[in-house]
Order: sequence, then structure tokens, then C-alpha cells
Amino acid sequence: MNKERRVRILVAKPGLDGHDRGARIIARTYRDAGFEVVYSGLHQTPEEVVQAAIQEDVDMIGLSSLAGAHLYLLPRVVELLREKNADDIVVCGGGIFPQEDIPKLKDAGIKEVFTPGTPLTEIVDWVRKNVSPRG
Amino acid sequence: MGIAEKIKTGDIRSVARLIRDIDDNILDAREVLKDLYSSTGNAYVIGITGAPGVGKSTLVDQMVNHLRKAGKTVGVLAVDPTSPFSGGAILGDRIRMQRHSMDEGVFIRSMATRGSFGGLTQSTRSSIDVLDAMGKDYVIVETVGVGQDEVDIVRSSDTTIIVLVPGMGDDIQALKAGILEVGDIFVINKADRDGVDKTVSDIRLMIEMGEKRYKNGWKPSILTAQAVFDSGIKELLDEIEKHRLHLSSNKEMLSTLRYEKVKSDLSEMIKDKIVKEILGDIIDSGEFEDAIKSIIDKKTDPYSACDKIISAKLKANVK
Amino acid sequence: MFNKKSLEDVATEEKQWQKLFKDYTLKAPERLKRFSTVSDKAIKNIYTPLDVEDLDYPKEIAFPGEYPFTRGVQPTMYRGKLWTMRMFAGLGSAKDTNERFHLLVNEGQTGLSTAFDMPTLMGYDTDSPRSRGECGKCGVAIDSLKDMEILFDGLPIDKITTSMTINPAASILWAMYIAMAEKRGINRRIIGGTIQNDMLKEFIAQKTFMCPPKPSMRLITDTVEFGTNEVPRWNTISISGYHIREAGSTAVQELAFTLADGIAYVDAALERGLDIDAFAPRLSFFFNSHLDFFEEIAKFRAARRMWARIMKERFKAKDERSLWLRFHTQTAGCSLTAQQPYNNVIRTSLQALAAVLGGTQSLHTNSLDEVLAIPTEEAATIALRTQQIIAEESGVANTIDPLGGSFFVERLTRDMEEEAFEYIKKIDDMGGMVAAIERNYPQMEIADAAYKYQLQIDSQEKTVVGVNKYISEEDIPVEVLQIDEELEEKQIKWTNEVKNKRDNNRVKEALEKLGEACQGDDNLMPVIIETVKEYATEQEITDIFRDVFGIYRDPGVY
Repeated sequence: MNKERRVRILVAKPGLDGHDRGARIIARTYRDAGFEVVYSGLHQTPEEVVQAAIQEDVDMIGLSSLAGAHLYLLPRVVELLREKNADDIVVCGGGIFPQEDIPKLKDAGIKEVFTPGTPLTEIVDWVRKNVSPRG
Repeated sequence: MGIAEKIKTGDIRSVARLIRDIDDNILDAREVLKDLYSSTGNAYVIGITGAPGVGKSTLVDQMVNHLRKAGKTVGVLAVDPTSPFSGGAILGDRIRMQRHSMDEGVFIRSMATRGSFGGLTQSTRSSIDVLDAMGKDYVIVETVGVGQDEVDIVRSSDTTIIVLVPGMGDDIQALKAGILEVGDIFVINKADRDGVDKTVSDIRLMIEMGEKRYKNGWKPSILTAQAVFDSGIKELLDEIEKHRLHLSSNKEMLSTLRYEKVKSDLSEMIKDKIVKEILGDIIDSGEFEDAIKSIIDKKTDPYSACDKIISAKLKANVK
Repeated sequence: MFNKKSLEDVATEEKQWQKLFKDYTLKAPERLKRFSTVSDKAIKNIYTPLDVEDLDYPKEIAFPGEYPFTRGVQPTMYRGKLWTMRMFAGLGSAKDTNERFHLLVNEGQTGLSTAFDMPTLMGYDTDSPRSRGECGKCGVAIDSLKDMEILFDGLPIDKITTSMTINPAASILWAMYIAMAEKRGINRRIIGGTIQNDMLKEFIAQKTFMCPPKPSMRLITDTVEFGTNEVPRWNTISISGYHIREAGSTAVQELAFTLADGIAYVDAALERGLDIDAFAPRLSFFFNSHLDFFEEIAKFRAARRMWARIMKERFKAKDERSLWLRFHTQTAGCSLTAQQPYNNVIRTSLQALAAVLGGTQSLHTNSLDEVLAIPTEEAATIALRTQQIIAEESGVANTIDPLGGSFFVERLTRDMEEEAFEYIKKIDDMGGMVAAIERNYPQMEIADAAYKYQLQIDSQEKTVVGVNKYISEEDIPVEVLQIDEELEEKQIKWTNEVKNKRDNNRVKEALEKLGEACQGDDNLMPVIIETVKEYATEQEITDIFRDVFGIYRDPGVY
């Protein structure tokens, strides 16, 4: 019997951006890799993302951003997780990020950022290496 | 403060983590459940089942909205199937209830069936207890109705609702075997679609024909709704309330219900533990594989192999 | 078109040639296991007259400006006038975008096209908590008529046409444009342009939505009616396939779902009691031009033929202009790569060429840095030059529909038409596009197609140069446009000033009047125009819409 914990991931679209092609594909990819994925849908405020992450007890939040508001939205999620003592949850970003913004995001606590063209297998491998179900 | 205490005060993180531990079969979780048991039995549990796409999540979303307006707190467990190929799952029911996500009076949790042995899992049942102990007035459990699930949900719910859409025709025939034992209320959602009258009369016919088998003496009700437009929801909640009163009206029935529930809980728990302990052990130790090989090689038969394993295990200590 | 004897000869010869081909491939196999378009449609090794053996030139292809318009909607096409070079632009504040507009016009673009920021697109003012971090990031921030006035300052909007990519708030932004023009003394009857105003594709693909489908259709029909009667040179809907394609659909799905949306809008307008020939000539379309060169050209030609047939046979339109499918094209954003961004110039060129060979009325070409940020001036200029070089140097615009008659292209055109009509029939059987959307049908089709394509890329069945093949170790850095981080604060302050200076009593009255009007059946455009003239902000109006019409939430189809 499977005695191991399953990895649980929240895939979320914060902000007003409605481009969800990537988010929906990554959700399927994570499922096919054996993870349990809670998909939040569009137009989530950072507060809603964090509340869902806590209720669902996820190990990682994948935030999808393609409309340029990442410098506010992604760090804000990290900030709120800290406020709620839930900053053991790994936060990643996926989507469109100018190179010079990536170090800023990492400094703010985003563990990794996946830009366009990253093969799905690479993303899954990263998750397997860096995200362990709460232990 | 211990975990059980935190949960009784409604601490979200503790609740969420305990449900996770239960889901992942962490032993310590069982101890907390023991502590919490005396605080259960207050929440009214509503089970909602039906084929994919009939609008269950939208219905739940509207029900939560009405219940909150009436000042009640709600816990929601949304169960989705685990992919048999990958073991993963996409849990997407929450999306349709997202407007309640910031409401402190609502706790929404998505769970996967992790369905090796089918049906409503032990962990879902235990999670209902956790939400109950947390103090929620109502716990709504939403599952995909495919055979086994439907029957299981009855054992854990006070009121079971079956959701259909017009024009399901043959599907109703397929469901009919267990359907009367299962459903207290039938809701035909998306009632603006063609075929609603026929669907209503099909179900009515089945109900009339099954008169002697009514669960707890309650004749199942049939309602129509358009969840997306918030139509029919108030009527549904009124009907649930009627059912609730019916169940509590008769002291004898109440005690029978209680007996049946505890009996079902205990036997399911025992079965579940046996499977996890015994089967889990022999799979890990390789004994299971060896037994299979022996049977294929005709060194033994499945009946003998089974007896041998069980008697050996029963002699050993079950923790 | 071909005589029977010649076809028989061709058949015989082809049989021999295919055998020869096979013999060759036994020695050296074909370079791919399967040859297919980007939409995964299988393509043969050769196309001959046999592939279009019953081609009826007068009936199926005809001449430009002649039913069914396969070769072009106007008789003169690019011989008379080149396509409009209309570059989508919008960034930061109204002033910033105004500068970009002037630059592009000076560099030779012939029409304006406006990109709005996420708050404006979604119907929020800059000061809404939901707008935090989003001001000016993906387009221009417009809170009130004052911003609109600055946006078009100094531009000859009586002479050139303006397109505005706005959907849930289209009625409001259009009202602001009309009000702005009238303030400049320009009559609403002479202003020309387009509002995208296509909510059905929002529910399907782009996802900037606000109110549910039915009230959204009401607002759209109001604009169509108003345009028909009061703003006759305006295209009130740009029925869009671009976004459907960007969300991952195939070419056939893009074609079918777009035309099905068009059918839904026509139905709605007819139900309102409008005369088909009064409004149909002002319906316009917007397509994607994606990677597969010939598939796209076939798609555009099929689109024209299909719409002409639909308008004539299904809707019995009498005026010839009702049968014209006029369209704007944008090259495919989703095909561009962040790796080796200069490659994107070539992708855009090929896609632009396909659009021109497909007979587009107007064209936007993406910039090479589009994948990273809003384009810099330099990148946007190169994109514009791409069109100019195609127009002036390549010779492809010397004759009309140069690929007409190609066995391959005519066959592809036919196939696309056939497959798209199958989809349309399916949607009709569901009760039309609005019903299909409620069932999540197009959304699921698109999600499946997108996932399939991604798997093909990851397995290298489909190549993306620079990403899964020909990868470079070092990337040439590209300068990227930055939006002023202080802009949000400045914009909020600025809008507050506007609010203080305006007559707040009149605003209050206008908003109340609007609220009542929303509950009734009258056309809302006149009262919206009155309201924006008082400098009510966009959100003050959308709050009323949300209140009366309800809020649409993402059903989360994955």
C-alpha cells in the first residue's frame, strides 16, 4: 500500500490576467505526474490564493502570471503566507517575466520561476526534487 | 494547545493539516481523531452525488450562500476521482465555490478518491468528523456518483441528494438498482433543458414502484433547479429541513439511525484497518507477490493462500 | 474545371509517380514519420488536379468582389488600396500611449489600435484593490473621459480609423470615444473604427469577462443597434478568432467557433428586430495568423466563402455588403519564443505574409520582444517595417489572390470549410453558441487541443526553433520596456483630481438614471454617453452593471 504522502499543489491565477492556457496545461501535467492539483481558477486575489492554500494544505503554490503585474502579486502571496505562519509552502511562478525581474522575485521568496519554453518534464523534475510532501 | 483543542476552536491550519494526515495515513492522526470523537455528532451532514457535469459544485455553492445568509457555518468536502493511470488528480470543484473562500464561516477542502478500493474513503468519513468537531453546523460532501460511491455516501450522510439533468434517460435505468436505497431528495438541475418533464415522471415512477423500500419511511422528493441562476435552492434547503425533522421526529427511528451509523462506521473502520495492515504488510514484505506466484505455478490455490496469510497475521500483533 | 480525359491521364501518372516516390523512400526514408500542419492536419506529399477535380471556378472561387468572395471581398483589393497597417499599442498612462500613437503614425502606420491595461479591460478603476500592481502594465490605463481625451490628443480621428480592444466595458469606452470626438467638434456620423466587443469569445478563450452571457449579449446588441442608427462608419463588433487560437485551438476550431459566434450575434440582432442588411455590413472579424503558412491562407479564404454562404443561405441577406467577411489579422503571439527573440522577426514576417496572401483588410505584426514585455519603440518599428517591405518590395500585392488555383491551397480551403461546418452543425444542435458555452463545449475542445500540442512539442514531434531544437548556449540580451512603478499612484491621484473638479451631483443623477435604464429594455448607449460626459469613471458605471446584471465567475474548465 502506498504509505507515502502525495504532493499537493495549488495552481492559481492571481490578479486580473485571464490567460490561463499555461495554467491549465500545467495542472494536467502535474496530475499526470501523480500529484494532487487544486486548480483555483481565474481572478484570485493574493488573499484568496493564500486562504485556499491553507485550507487545502498544499506543499506548493504555482502562480501563473502573463500580464506584467508579477512584481506586486507574487511577493504579496509570500508576504501573506508569512503573516499566517504558512511560509513552509513553496511558491513558484510561471509565465512571462523579464530577466531582470527574476532576481527580484527570488529575493522576495519565490523559490523558482519558469519562463516560456520550459519543457514540462523539466518543471515536474524540479518539483520532485524541491518539493516534499509535508514531512 | 493540543491539536484537538485547536481544531475545536476552529483553527483552519490545524484542521487542514489533520485532514492531510488522515488522507496520508499518518498514525498520529488517529490519536487526534480519538480525542475529537466526543465532539462530533452536532453537524448535519448532507451528501450530494451525481454524474460529472450535472452541476453539483454550482449547487453546493448556492446552498452555502443560502446557509450563510441564514447564519449557519458550513464545511465542504469536494471529492474528485484520482487518475487510475498516474495516481494524481485535478481537484477543480473549489473553483465554483470560490466566492466563499474568504468567508471564515466556510471551510472548503478538496480531496481525491485515491481510489484503490473504491467508494467513499475512510479518510473522507474521518474528515467529516473533523469538520463536525471544528464546529460547523453543516457539512456538505460532494462526490462523483459512480456505483460504489453512491451507496457509501448514504452511510455517512443524514440527507443524501442525487443530482440529475434532464434527458438522462438510460442513465437513470442504470442507476436504479441502488438509487432508492440512496436518495432522499432527487434534484433535476439545468431544468431549463429539454426533457425535464419526462425525467421527473421517470423518477416519480421509480419512486412509486419502490414504496415498500423507502429509507426510514421517507418518500423521496423530486425537485427541479437551475443552480446557475440560484433557482430552486431555497426549496431544496427547505426540503432538507423537512427531512431532518422527519428523521428526528421519531425517537425509535433516531436510535435506529444512530445504531446503524455507528455499526457502519465501526465495520468500515475495521475493514479499512485490516486491509491497510494486513494487505499493506504482505505487499511490503513480498509475501503477496510470492503468494501470487505460487498460485500461478499451481503450487497452491487462492483460498488456501488466503487462509494461510490471514491466520498468520491474526496471530501477530495488530498495532 | 478539368476535363475528364485529362484527369484520367493525371490519375494514371500519379499512380506511377507515387510508386516511384515509394521506391525512393525505401532507400532513404522520408525525413519525418508524419507531415502535418501545426493544427496536426495530415498533409500529403503532392496535390494535383485530382484533389480538386470538381472545382467549379465561377461557383466556388469566382472573382474578387464576387460571391462567394473566396478571392477577396472588394474587386480591387490591394491593387486599389493596401491593407491598413494597424499596430496594437498601449502602455502606461494616456500620455505615454499618445506618444506611441504619434510615433507609429509618423513611421507610416495607417490606422490606430488601442491596448488597455487589465483594470480597464476588466472594468476596474486604478484605485480598486483588485487593480494593485496592474496599472499600465499590459496596455493604457483609462479611468475617465479625461484620459480618453489625452489618449487621442493631436491625432486626426476624423481621417483615420481607431480600433479599441475592449470587451465587457466596450460600450463605456466607445461612449468615451464618441464623447471625446464630439467635444472636438467631430460628428459621430463620420468617425470610423472598431470596438472588439465580442463577449462570446471571452467566455471561450480570452476570459476578460464581467457579467453573464445573456446581459452581455444585451449590451452588445445595444451597441450594434446604436451603431447602425447613429455611428454608421463604426464596426461595432470584431468577431474574434485570434484569442481562441491563442488559447490553443486548431485552425479549424478557430474558424468554426468564430463564425458560430458571428451567427449568435446575428441571431441576437435579428431578435431585436433589426434588419439584417442594416447591421450586417458593419460586422467585422479578427483572425490569428499562425505558423503554418498554407493552412492559414486556406483558413482566411475558407472564412470568406463560409460567411458569404451563411449570410446568403441561412440569413437571406440581400445587400452584397452583408455577405462580406472583412477581417483584421494579428500574427500569432503564442508562437513567439523568449529564447533567441530575434527569431521572432522571421516568424512574424512569415505570418504577416500569410495574412496578406489571405487577403486581410488590416494587419498587426507582433514585435520581437512581445514575449517578454510591451514592445520597445525599436521593436515596434521593425514590426511595422515588416508590413511595409511586404507591401512595397516583395511583389505579392501586385495581383489579387495569387495562390488561387493552387491544387494544394484550394484543397486545403475546401477541407477547412467542410470541417468547420461540421463543428458549426454540432453547435447548432446544442442550441447555438451561447448554449454550447454554457455546456463548456468550445472551452473543452480548446483545452484538449492545447494540451495535445504541448505534448507534441515536449516529445519533439513538433519543432520550436531555439526551444526544442537549435538551442543556443548564450542568449543575446534584448532590451525590455519598463513601466514606471510610480504610475499607479500618479494615476490614482490624477483621477481623484478629475473627480473633484467634476459636478458630482450631475454624476450621481446620471448614474441613478443609468441604474434604472439597466433594469429596463431601452438601448443603453445614449445614457452611457451622457454619464461619461459628466466624467463618471469606468468603474462607477461597471459597478452598476455588475449590480444589475450579475457577476460571471470562471467555471474553471481545464
